Amino acid sequence: MLSEDLKKEIEAEVKKYPTRRSAVMAALTMAQLDKGRVTAEDMREVADLLGINPVDVHEIGTFYTMYNVERPVGKYHIQVCWNISCSLLGAEHLIEHIEKLLGIKLGETTPDKKFTLTTVECLGSCGTAPMMQINDDYYENLTGERVEEILKGLD
Amino acid sequence: MEKILLKNVGKPDSHRIDTYLAGGGYKALEKALTIKPEMLIQMVKDSSIKGRGGAGFPAGLKWSFIPKDPGLSKYLCCNADEGEPGTYKDRGIIENDPHLLIEGMIITSYAIGAKNAYIYIRGEFVFGRLRLEEAIKEAYEKGYLGRNILGTDFSLDIYVHAGAGAYICGEETALLESLEGFRGQPRRKPPFPALSGLYGKPTVINNVETLSCIPAIVEKGPDWFAKIGSEKSPGPKIFCVSGHVKNPGLYELPLGTPLREIIYTHCGGIRDDKKLKAVIPGGVSAPMLSEADLDTPMDFENLAAKGSMLGSGAVVVMDETTCIVKAAYIIMRFFSHESCGKCTPCRCGTPWLTQILKKLEDGESRPGDVKELERLCTNIFGRTFCPLGDGAVMSLRGALKHFRDEFVYHEENKKCMVAS
Ligand SMILES: Cc1cc2nc3c(=O)[nH]c(=O)nc-3n(C[C@H](O)[C@H](O)[C@H](O)COP(=O)(O)O)c2cc1C
Ligand code: SF4
Ligand code: FES
Repeated sequence: MLSEDLKKEIEAEVKKYPTRRSAVMAALTMAQLDKGRVTAEDMREVADLLGINPVDVHEIGTFYTMYNVERPVGKYHIQVCWNISCSLLGAEHLIEHIEKLLGIKLGETTPDKKFTLTTVECLGSCGTAPMMQINDDYYENLTGERVEEILKGLD
Repeated sequence: MEKILLKNVGKPDSHRIDTYLAGGGYKALEKALTIKPEMLIQMVKDSSIKGRGGAGFPAGLKWSFIPKDPGLSKYLCCNADEGEPGTYKDRGIIENDPHLLIEGMIITSYAIGAKNAYIYIRGEFVFGRLRLEEAIKEAYEKGYLGRNILGTDFSLDIYVHAGAGAYICGEETALLESLEGFRGQPRRKPPFPALSGLYGKPTVINNVETLSCIPAIVEKGPDWFAKIGSEKSPGPKIFCVSGHVKNPGLYELPLGTPLREIIYTHCGGIRDDKKLKAVIPGGVSAPMLSEADLDTPMDFENLAAKGSMLGSGAVVVMDETTCIVKAAYIIMRFFSHESCGKCTPCRCGTPWLTQILKKLEDGESRPGDVKELERLCTNIFGRTFCPLGDGAVMSLRGALKHFRDEFVYHEENKKCMVAS
């Protein structure tokens, strides 16, 4: 269920464009904010709100990688960049290190649903490689110790 | 060289309008609004500035394709999708000096007659998006945006549109599709966006760095700009250096600065004083170069002559410990992940190439793998709907051109030359 407040925020987005449909990306981004994922019900409601077919919203939800469509993620979604600049500076070791720290493999979520670990392609932070993103925040110039500290600091 | 694009970076509160104004900001806009739009387009043509997003198309020429009919609505779209691996300059401008971009966009919109402009920023740049939104608000408050800007009859609104994770949306027509609320897949050209772009209206799409050069061109004149750096492709350029250098970072230098100077003078050379092995000069779509090419001036023409390209100006440096097969695998894996699926050669070819490269890397090669890579490249190149597929092939071909022996070694010995 999209809350009334959320619907108002989506309406504010609609005003930026000559067509209602253009607000679909913003709508999904907002719908995902609370739960960390987008459900089929959210997509149907977004479709109603924007006057487009549910399948059109589904198409958008599954095309863009930032939408977690029916894919639950933990409270903290750790995305480690494994593109070239980060790999040159040890992204692979970093991933192994985090896997050990959390006791999970890439693509998995810890049993307490606190952390999900995935890789991500270049996030435009290559001069401060290696780096990762946790939810919306960037963490740069990482070392094994830094990562450990960062993860410990999240509750 | 006097800094133009990064001049405010490092100042306290560099993102605030007061800081920008104190540094002479929005003076160019005041001047621009006293000049006729056609004259502004001519000035940008005379400056010879080429687009900084990757393709290097002359900006003034692009603007001149926009129909002059005042009854027709037109759009400006700023491409802030910044997805080419190795590139982080647009983020640098947006986070540190958003008003430079905004001023450039206002002038550009006035020149092409657009009353609405969008900034398409990649979804992951949440911090940058908030900075931009704050800066836009400041600009409205001071009367640089909105109705009757600075008392003229020119009005403009700028909106920020966030992407949601898709490299292909950096391709200009995929960007337009995405803005309209569709999957980001490229459109057939022609019609070119200048005639039929966003919502079917004439549209200019320019990169963040291109637009950020406009205030200086207006303020100091096209001749001044054209004298910076290379004759054929003049102006300042932000090089994004990453990889095995001592001091990675953003370096604003004249176009035409030799690669060697960037790496050894500005970035302090290779980490641990190791030997350089390969350099990607313009983001991963640009074929890599070797040590022998280090004296190449970094501009569009000279890099093309070396079989590579300036692209986005992202310099990725690899030292002697780097396995080129592995680097090629990582890059192909990226392209295959980002293939939008619209055309078969790219949708099927890039995962296939990735699979062979992975086997070579993992020591599970089969005889003939290197030839197979080359055969696939031939079948993909020139047959894809948009340049993403060609970029994937060019990057692999660059690696094979300079380091074919390493690929063959992996195939024959099922292990790495560098590690052994
Ligand atoms: C696959 C692909 C990705 C691209 N990504 C970007 C990008 O992230 N940012 C950008 O400005 N241009 C990108 N471009 C280039 C744009 O299509 C377009 O040429 C550019 O935005 C025009 O602006 P400019 O003339 O100011 O460079 C990309 C092109 C392709 C084919
Ligand atoms: S080359 Fe084809 S499949 Fe690949 S990104 Fe372009 S249009 Fe999509
Ligand atoms: S390669 Fe990791 S942020 Fe660019």
